[in-house]
Amino acid sequence: MKDERILLAHGNGGKLSHKLVDQLMRPAFSNTALDELHDGAKVTVDRADLAFTTDSYVVKPLFFSGGDIGKLAVCGTVNDLAMSGAQARYLSAGFIIEEGFLYSDLVRIVESMRSAAAEAGVKIVTGDTKVVENGAADGIFINTAGIGVLIEGVSISPIRACPGQNIIVTGFLGDHAIAIMSERYGLSLPVTVTSDCAPLNMMIGELLTEVPEIAVLRDPTRGGLATVLKEIAVQARVGIMVDEATIPVRPEVLAVCNILGFDPLYLANEGKAVIFVEANYTEKALATLRRHAYGSDARVIGQVIATSPGQVGLRTAIGGVRLLDTLANDQLPRIC
Amino acid sequence: MMTSSKDLKRTANFFSREISRLVDRPLRLMEVCGTHTVAIFKSGIRQLLPLEVELVSGPGCPVCVTSNAYLDTAIAYSRQDDVIITTFGDMLRVPGSSSSLSVQKAKGADIRIVYSPLESLDIAAANTTKKVIFLAVGFETTAPTAAATVLAAADAGVDNFYVLSAHKLVPPALRALCSNDVHLDGLLLPGHVSAIIGEMPYQFLAGDFAVPAVIAGFEALDILQAVYMLVKQIAAGKAEIENQYRRIARSEGNPDACMVMKQVYEVEDTVWRGLGVISGSGLRVNGKYRRFDATSNLTVEVEPTVEPCGCLCGEVLRGVVKPVDCSLFGEACRPEQPIGSCMVSLEGACAAWYRYGSGRWPI
Repeated sequence: MKDERILLAHGNGGKLSHKLVDQLMRPAFSNTALDELHDGAKVTVDRADLAFTTDSYVVKPLFFSGGDIGKLAVCGTVNDLAMSGAQARYLSAGFIIEEGFLYSDLVRIVESMRSAAAEAGVKIVTGDTKVVENGAADGIFINTAGIGVLIEGVSISPIRACPGQNIIVTGFLGDHAIAIMSERYGLSLPVTVTSDCAPLNMMIGELLTEVPEIAVLRDPTRGGLATVLKEIAVQARVGIMVDEATIPVRPEVLAVCNILGFDPLYLANEGKAVIFVEANYTEKALATLRRHAYGSDARVIGQVIATSPGQVGLRTAIGGVRLLDTLANDQLPRIC
Repeated sequence: MMTSSKDLKRTANFFSREISRLVDRPLRLMEVCGTHTVAIFKSGIRQLLPLEVELVSGPGCPVCVTSNAYLDTAIAYSRQDDVIITTFGDMLRVPGSSSSLSVQKAKGADIRIVYSPLESLDIAAANTTKKVIFLAVGFETTAPTAAATVLAAADAGVDNFYVLSAHKLVPPALRALCSNDVHLDGLLLPGHVSAIIGEMPYQFLAGDFAVPAVIAGFEALDILQAVYMLVKQIAAGKAEIENQYRRIARSEGNPDACMVMKQVYEVEDTVWRGLGVISGSGLRVNGKYRRFDATSNLTVEVEPTVEPCGCLCGEVLRGVVKPVDCSLFGEACRPEQPIGSCMVSLEGACAAWYRYGSGRWPI
């Protein structure tokens, strides 16, 4: 313990991250809102039901195909609120900037935050700027926190996953991670993969208004789809079976995965949602999602099942089955 | 992922049915290569095989068979201020005797993940006051690119690039394995290694040990077909070297790649985790290029090797026990806190078993 150090894997959203939260953060800060361990905490202030969340952004490189650290910092926090069943209203923005950082790059990042906030319909109402000496940070880090209003009649929670429900993903998986990776490692791909970084709150807001029966909502960021499904299966003590042939992954993403040994089901996304909904509301949910640009490729990928509680099975293309687990470690630090 | 799934399933069903029809006794088949191990788990192939067919993982995961002493040497180098270590990512978390490269990295050592050894030369050019040491780990598949990097360094007159070689050769390990008392009914041979060395170096398996073997590709159907070919040989009482992966692995291999390897490396006896010293199974930088060999040129003090207590990686790599038979498996030894190397590498048998379970559903 005395010599134990923080490793990169403590921050990747996988097993060591969970351990850090369970063994250090939760015992220290424990309360009912925190203990739910959702993307955003549900709190009540003067009888108003709010969701509150925070996230820090350390992505490398700062600019990538489809976005930059500023867009990510707005969308990530807006999406965390959306996944709690809340409509984002106000954000804070904290900047930690390394001495010598290009002013023009900061202008680009701020402009991109302004534009993303405008699209999401949120206001950045408070902020802070700190500059640290050369070498004490890597360019720029951004923290955003957000407050949202819980949408009435909606109750989103992983423990509401029940056998018989369908599982929907809103589009192609792995684009963000591959966009970052190809930029960072200078992979020259025949097709440029663009990050899916996008604010999902308008689409999710409409979905929850049209189909308030939605049971579970998660954004498969770090750790990807597999990690999200496993966490839900464990928390709700249900089994999950998804069908590989229906999971949307672009051929170019799959190609990079095959070369570098990554599994697209564990790759980070920044503009996707995983949705659990009863069978009889599925069509309505899909129709609502498909009306939006960010949900046009939405589809059902599997079901919650009554057997094998806590386990996630993937029906493979050849008809076999393999288990999905939470991400144990990855080689892609600073993906967001 | 969204390709003609009906055809795929139909073909898979055909092989599955035929295998069931041909198998009339328990069979132990070894997939030598770690990439096969992962592909078998990922595609759920066990689910399609009769219970009599047991697939056993072999010593073909380069990280897994790398000795503790090698890791300790790399770690010792990483502690030197003027050294930059370049390595493939999966070496980072492998525990040595008392530390790992990822722990050293957290403590400030300059350790960089590369996807090609050639990146080391760019790093060397950008850091002329430092010594850049590439951890050359891998089989006949990666040795040619490491050798090509040495040749490129020689051409460009780079004088701060070194190779710490732990390259290993597959056929001598298979000979050692078959000479042991491990019972195997057939071998799935590594497709990528075979693409380099061809079919010839495996003939002794059939000739000296009467073990049938099939060079296999890495798609689910490749593996299933290779199992079918093995089972067919066994049912007919044959022992031959067959090639299922002709589209990539030509029978003569890749003579150019072999030539590059020969130019830079010479064969030596080397230690395999779990298998001990195997004669003629390793590669070290030869006399002509010795100036690029880390251990010949850079002094380093390495701690005494300590093997982890209770770890059965050696037995797992020989196919003697399954990962679940190790008392550390899943308890003290987990992917996020590995004790043995087979739990670290993505291609390690223990990591695959931990991640994917027995491969049979429901659980």
